[in-house]
Amino acid sequence: MAKNIQSLERAAAMLRLLAGGERRLGLSDIASSLGLAKGTAHGILRTLQAEGFVEQDAPSGRYQLGAELLRLGNSYLDVHELRARALVWTDDLARSSGESVHLGVLHQQGVLIVHHVFRPDDSRQVLEVGAMQPLHSTALGKVLSAYDPVAHSEAVEVTREPFTPRTVTDLEDFESLLDMTRARGWAADVEETWEGVASVAAPIHDRRRMPVGAVAVTGAVERVCPDGELRPELVAAVRDCARAVSRDLGANRF
Amino acid sequence: MTDAHTAGPFIAAIDQGTTSSRCIVFDKDGRIVSVDQKEHEQIFPKPGWVEHDATEIWTNVQEVVAGAIVKAGITAADVKAIGITNQRETTLMWDKNTGEPVHNALVWQDTRTDALCKELGRNVGQDRFRRETGLPLASYFSGPKVRWLLDNVEGLRERAERGDILFGTMDSWVIWNLTGGPRGGVHVTDVTNASRTLLMNLHEMAWDERILQSLDIPAAVLPEIRSSAEVYGTVQGGVLDGVPVASALGDQQAALFGQTCFAEGEAKSTYGTGTFMLMNTGDKIINSYSGLLTTVGYQIGDKKPVYALEGSIAVTGSLVQWMRDQMGLIKSAAEIETLASSVEDNGGAYFVPAFSGLFAPYWRSDARGVIAGLTRYVTKAHIARAVLEATAWQTREITDAMTKDSGVELTALKVDGGMTSNNLLMQTLSDFLDAPVVRPMVAETTCLGAAYAAGLAVGFWPDTDALRANWRRAAEWTPRMDADKRDSEYKNWLKAVERSMGWLEEEK
Repeated sequence: MAKNIQSLERAAAMLRLLAGGERRLGLSDIASSLGLAKGTAHGILRTLQAEGFVEQDAPSGRYQLGAELLRLGNSYLDVHELRARALVWTDDLARSSGESVHLGVLHQQGVLIVHHVFRPDDSRQVLEVGAMQPLHSTALGKVLSAYDPVAHSEAVEVTREPFTPRTVTDLEDFESLLDMTRARGWAADVEETWEGVASVAAPIHDRRRMPVGAVAVTGAVERVCPDGELRPELVAAVRDCARAVSRDLGANRF
Repeated sequence: MTDAHTAGPFIAAIDQGTTSSRCIVFDKDGRIVSVDQKEHEQIFPKPGWVEHDATEIWTNVQEVVAGAIVKAGITAADVKAIGITNQRETTLMWDKNTGEPVHNALVWQDTRTDALCKELGRNVGQDRFRRETGLPLASYFSGPKVRWLLDNVEGLRERAERGDILFGTMDSWVIWNLTGGPRGGVHVTDVTNASRTLLMNLHEMAWDERILQSLDIPAAVLPEIRSSAEVYGTVQGGVLDGVPVASALGDQQAALFGQTCFAEGEAKSTYGTGTFMLMNTGDKIINSYSGLLTTVGYQIGDKKPVYALEGSIAVTGSLVQWMRDQMGLIKSAAEIETLASSVEDNGGAYFVPAFSGLFAPYWRSDARGVIAGLTRYVTKAHIARAVLEATAWQTREITDAMTKDSGVELTALKVDGGMTSNNLLMQTLSDFLDAPVVRPMVAETTCLGAAYAAGLAVGFWPDTDALRANWRRAAEWTPRMDADKRDSEYKNWLKAVERSMGWLEEEK
């Protein structure tokens, strides 16, 4: 068996120590309990502190477990919480763009639609909440695949079905599409999933900058993509909306 | 595509609510341009007593108006009118010479007039003034609160009779201050707010002298009753100096207006802590035999007033909060949907949240909450489902009562409020009502309603048809449940409701 990394073992021991019995411990208590030199113990504590796993109580200088550990324990964002936070912003996006808006999250091998705002004309539309969309061809799916490593591995492993002649199915082409998505911060789907339909999507991040979902504007290709060019103001509106929802979830400005 | 920041002109709306005051600036499409909001203190001097500091509220109102105007990057010249919507029934009396309140405002939830209301009912009981006012004699309404102030604030009755004291609900207080306060402020209220005082005659749209006599309230303190949409005066001073003050509507009536329920039979339901449903009944004053309230929906200028039936549900969103805070079954309100969606049905469990008795259409104060139909099979997920179903069934009971009283079938229900983000609840609602449930694109229907009324008054919008054209459907849920299933579930719910009754012993 390969030798374990000593500093990680020591860090783990420190966390166990802080988790048990007394809640707050001073540097010398920690160092002596674990048989470490003060300087060594301090270095490890400082690193744990920088990662949020340990916090230092300002008045006493003692150490305690950090909030990050709690977040690790229940890390996933409830999709209904996501919808509640996104409601106002997605309404406004539909209103300003004149197109329908979808909010999607990764679910198994596809995109689960968790929120849908109708196109604001008075036409008959059906609520698509609960529907699944493919990862490799939709704007929502591409954004999730570009930013979420789990989505990425699903999209790579799945059979990338050609829905239209424009669907990108070749792995290398798909990867370069994702590179471009990461570089510019948004993805598009121009008749790659449905004939006559185009959409633009951008990622939503939570407070730890984890990608938790994506928001997209979808409409007839003639309106979303006149003369073969995506309307830049539409792209800007989708990205603004994604940023606003991310801010509401506690993500910093970016 | 309309630009995100449309050019003016604009309409501003103030929402003086129970927990906060807000100001929202709207553009011609009814889209929100900017929002500012500030909470105020809830004062609880004794159990059951709830007060607000009206001076703090007026300061907050001035701040949020300035805040919203600054955030929008506009000036008074860009604002064509300002509208007011407010927490209803909350009662204030102040000195007209100094502008100083004589006491904190008595908030609608305050129950200190319970005994007074019983006494005022004499041998007739709750319904003594129902024919004139559409309301039961209950502690919510303003009239008994005015009487309490006159009886309990030293020297107030003498000052009132001398003509130095003004009474008003929060619309009157805000409008009086906006239009100059002690220096020429106009003392008015609108028909919707007046219809919640227990002092206005619904048939005549005027203060009822006989009731004033019964409650021993001097007419000198009363504001002038005006329509909901007309120019009452202009703002004196502050960032909106010179802007017409052009509407007032109680909050639930404002939501009805904002949802553009302008035709008879159209209804809206606002899902918050509690739920308020109003149905437009046109020019008919419908007496309810099912425990609903008869109230004024709105009145535009010199047009005929439009009436409404109102049903309220005391516990809806607050049941979800109870599951989170008291039971600890969920960590956030949104999680109720996650938990409830993990099962197919309620597993046979029904939750009647009669925490402080049953309200419309039963009005049983001896009822208390029950969870019925428990077996070992039932999990917390089934209970979560029963929690959401309770909101939907209670809505069904109100709509049934409305149909019974008015003879008008509900064609679709327009919804707003925080709980509309709960997709499962909205679908369940549609299933139980057997009618489409529709959510509009602007969630802020209360402020929007006040803005709409103000805009109509100054010709910013030509007519209600133009407002209807602004209304956008954001989502619609259609019924998916088969009729047999719905009927048998409803039967079970009604059985559970029956089991909640008679829990408290007869009051001695």
